Amino acid sequence: MRALDKKLLRDFARLWVQALSIALVLGSGVAILLISFGMYGALENTREAYYERNRFADVFAGVKRAPRSLERDIVAIDGVWAVELRTVAEAILDLPFRPEASVGRFVSIPAGDGARLNVPLLRSGQFPDPQSSNEVLVNEPFALANGFETGDTIRANLNGRRRELTITGTALSPEYIYTIGPGQLLPDNETFGILWMPQPAVEAAFDTVGAFNDVSLKLTRNAKPEEIIERLDDLLEPYGGLGAYERSEQLSHSFIEAELEQLRTMGYILPPIFFAIAAFLVNMVVGRIVALERSQIGLLKATGYSNMEVSLHYLYLAVLIAIVGVFLGWGFGAWAARGLAQIYAQFFTFPYLLYRIPVTAYATSGLLGIAAAAGGAILNAMKAAKLPPAIAMAPPAPPNFRRSALDGVLTTLRLSQPTMMVFRGIVRWPVRAFLTCLGLALAVAVLVASSFFGDSMDEIVDLAFYQSNRQHAVLAFSENAPETALEDVENLPGVLYAEGQLGLPARLVNGHLEKRIGIDARRPDADLSRALDDRGKVIVAPEEGIMLTERLASQLDVLPGDSVEVHFLTGLRETHDLTVTGTVVQFFGLGAYIDATFAARLLRQSPRISSANVLIDARAIDALHARAKETPSLSGLIMFSKMRNAFRDIISENILVTTTVYVVTAVLITAGVTYNGARIQLSERARELASLRILGFTNAEVSYILMGETMLLVLLAQPFGWALGAFLAWAMVTAFSSDLYSIPLVLNRDTFGFASVVALAAAIVSVLAVRRRIDTMNLVSVMKTRE
Amino acid sequence: MAMNRSAMKASHAAETVFRTDGVTKVYDTGEVQVHALAGVDLQLYAGELAVLLGPSGSGKSTLLNILGGLDHASSGKVWFRELELSSLNDRALTRYRRDHVGFVFQFYNLVPSLSAKENVALVTDIARDPMRPEEALELVGLAHRLDHFPAELSGGEQQRVAIARAIAKRPEILLCDEPTGALDSKTGIQVLEAINEINLRFGTTTAVITHNAAIRKMAHRVIRFQDGRISDVAINETRVPPSDIEW
Ligand SMILES: Nc1ncnc2c1ncn2[C@@H]1O[C@H](COP(=O)(O)OP(=O)(O)OP(=O)(O)O)[C@@H](O)[C@H]1O
Ligand SMILES: [Mg+2]
Repeated sequence: MRALDKKLLRDFARLWVQALSIALVLGSGVAILLISFGMYGALENTREAYYERNRFADVFAGVKRAPRSLERDIVAIDGVWAVELRTVAEAILDLPFRPEASVGRFVSIPAGDGARLNVPLLRSGQFPDPQSSNEVLVNEPFALANGFETGDTIRANLNGRRRELTITGTALSPEYIYTIGPGQLLPDNETFGILWMPQPAVEAAFDTVGAFNDVSLKLTRNAKPEEIIERLDDLLEPYGGLGAYERSEQLSHSFIEAELEQLRTMGYILPPIFFAIAAFLVNMVVGRIVALERSQIGLLKATGYSNMEVSLHYLYLAVLIAIVGVFLGWGFGAWAARGLAQIYAQFFTFPYLLYRIPVTAYATSGLLGIAAAAGGAILNAMKAAKLPPAIAMAPPAPPNFRRSALDGVLTTLRLSQPTMMVFRGIVRWPVRAFLTCLGLALAVAVLVASSFFGDSMDEIVDLAFYQSNRQHAVLAFSENAPETALEDVENLPGVLYAEGQLGLPARLVNGHLEKRIGIDARRPDADLSRALDDRGKVIVAPEEGIMLTERLASQLDVLPGDSVEVHFLTGLRETHDLTVTGTVVQFFGLGAYIDATFAARLLRQSPRISSANVLIDARAIDALHARAKETPSLSGLIMFSKMRNAFRDIISENILVTTTVYVVTAVLITAGVTYNGARIQLSERARELASLRILGFTNAEVSYILMGETMLLVLLAQPFGWALGAFLAWAMVTAFSSDLYSIPLVLNRDTFGFASVVALAAAIVSVLAVRRRIDTMNLVSVMKTRE
Repeated sequence: MAMNRSAMKASHAAETVFRTDGVTKVYDTGEVQVHALAGVDLQLYAGELAVLLGPSGSGKSTLLNILGGLDHASSGKVWFRELELSSLNDRALTRYRRDHVGFVFQFYNLVPSLSAKENVALVTDIARDPMRPEEALELVGLAHRLDHFPAELSGGEQQRVAIARAIAKRPEILLCDEPTGALDSKTGIQVLEAINEINLRFGTTTAVITHNAAIRKMAHRVIRFQDGRISDVAINETRVPPSDIEW
């Protein structure tokens, strides 16, 4: 090994604490990059392959009941490559050993060759006999959650008759990678399942013989979906079309898409922060070393080392640090990715293993990490290269202390000399002080931007479950019923109180902007499910007009007072211009609200309801479920209390994980910045401090000078960190919000306090670690060494 | 000039290694221009040991840096044998230093994280025909200190490591800027002996800058500086070995 390389390794070994503290920061960036882009790539590729192989459709549409003869016309639409007509409907299931009523979505398997689009992928057993009327294939997660095996039976209310269904096997489908039941906020595989059944059996059960209620289209490569959707809507219109939509609006797809988007956002926002801080630290450390080693650099050059060799020597030091960081990052990233994969596996079901980070992700994250460190060192390496060999022989000129405007201020403040030294130090290296401050502020910002999440979730839970939706459960009807049906609901066992609600699928149009949504029609005195404004005040749907969620209003570009075209997609399919009377805060989905009486008048029908919100006597809950299982007019019973708890659990679990991760990263950043900062100060001021000690200053006074500057910067960084964190939080909230859900920006004083406490604690510990060196400083040797 | 030529004939009848022609060096510090060298014509001959004397600030180090290819002259020409140093770019100067020049500095400039042997290896790693580091250290009497780090060596020992490092590549020229400046007389003499020994054994052309007039006794020639010019060149008819010099 060359002597110069030995020097490199020894320098590295001597600097190991500093090197490690930088490597940890850099490694965090590498890990996040690895996780976000690695997982992103893996998820996306697998999804693409799965979609491709199982022919996931491009366009979807629901319709009330249309004749199969329409198929010819649909196929004839220019750009349609394949059409699948199915019957898709929900019914209450009675599962053995499970007292609660569950919901099954029945999906017909086309007669003949079976599914052409959205092809179920058989996982165990076999497809049902096409002739059978009581065989089903169930989705694998549902079977696993309930412990079903091939040959087991379940009961269902189909078309008013209780039927015994035999499970012939399990399957997965690209349509249901993310499976969420109607009215639910989270997947619950125990109480919601997909059941594939031969077409004749489903048609018989749901009274759609010779007809269909669900269309999927696969388009040719260059087809224009918008035009095809328009043509399809025209064709379905007379039969109660509910509006066709593209894949991007398909539920399962859009949930995965939102997740991918989060990964991508994480990959864009966080690694650059870590890399920038690591680069800054490398810059500081290498800069100090180059300054210290001027005479050695001169010597190397005098003996014939080229500028290139000299600058590479210092670059390699950065690269060594980076290599350690990259390995740490890879190790941690791979471990964390496995944890993340487990979280994903709870929500997303893919048939093949995909949670493996591709080699390219390792390569890219590693190279970027090394590039960041090298980037941090490059200026100083070039400075080393530029040092003329002769000048490098002379000791560095003492830094230029000039009188500045600040000096006047300092003098009038009558500060002690040590305090003066602290301030002068900051003024002497303003850029470094600024960057140090920025790095510390970023650590605080990362904490603010992560811990606000918990408060936001509390707000969501509070608003969604305790203020807006206070019902214990929702009973969904198979068909809209007259309002008088509420009396029957109240007579069900255990139901204490019931309120009706009518869901009206509609298309809202404002100029060229349009959105397909469900409008809720409610009684103004509804007390269980209520709309709230952004201050948590209950808003009563106006007697005339429509209220929109904020996100919907902004997507349609309407303000209160504007009018919006409402195309109702059920009943007589009328179009009305309604005035937007206000906006509502809501974190799940896009919603709109109108007054039930107004809706009835508008649609010229007696008030109807599609579901009932109920309060339940907990003691009678089993009896209620038992009755629900036998009531054919019900298509679902959604237990809000259960959902509330599940949501709570998942959120608190995730928050715990993310908070831990972010606290650790913030501590790493703070420690990295303060420790290195203090070390470099110690190195620069060793002589100065030693002379003070010799002059009779105490250890404490001398430490004060050293720590004072760093801690002053730490304090200065706090308000910047808060502001930066608020901005980062805002950026994340904006990036994470989708039509499916949005996250409120809740910034409490506690959040800022917590961030600062963590940052200050980390800073103090790091500075104290450096202070130990002052206590053990050998005054004689410090004074003797030449700089 | 005449005296120079006769001196050469008298002592060596050797070829010219260095020749400078009206070399000047001006440092522009912004406010003032410092004329560190104001026209220097000098020749150094193969195998000779020249001592450069002169008051502080008279330009000795500046000239040595230019001869060693560490710095450019502001005007005038410098030749190393047939090579015109004053026309070389940085890259070529690096090459020149690597192949031909050995430096010894007042403050040793050892790399603290490398042992004595490794400090020498720093040079032998990149030289064309070096001796082994052990060999070079033995030449300066440090065979028993190979694995000591600079912090574990005395000043004189450190300076001898620096000399070993300078000569390990078998340079044609050895340039020493105040090699004994930081040493007491006893260790200083050890260092000078090492330099003298190298000069004798390998015929390395050697230039030694010093403030210590006593040292001039070991030189073939003594060159005096004053205000950026050569004020006087004297030939030592009888050289005194360093061990007999006292100061
Ligand atoms: N980098 C520089 N910038 C400006 N002036 C310089 C620089 N280096 C040297 N000088 C000036 O050039 C003149 C000659 O310097 P030089 O170092 O050659 O003197 P010297 O004879 O070696 O002195 P000493 O015996 O003190 O080492 C001095 O006046 C010095 O101040
Ligand atoms: Mg000098």
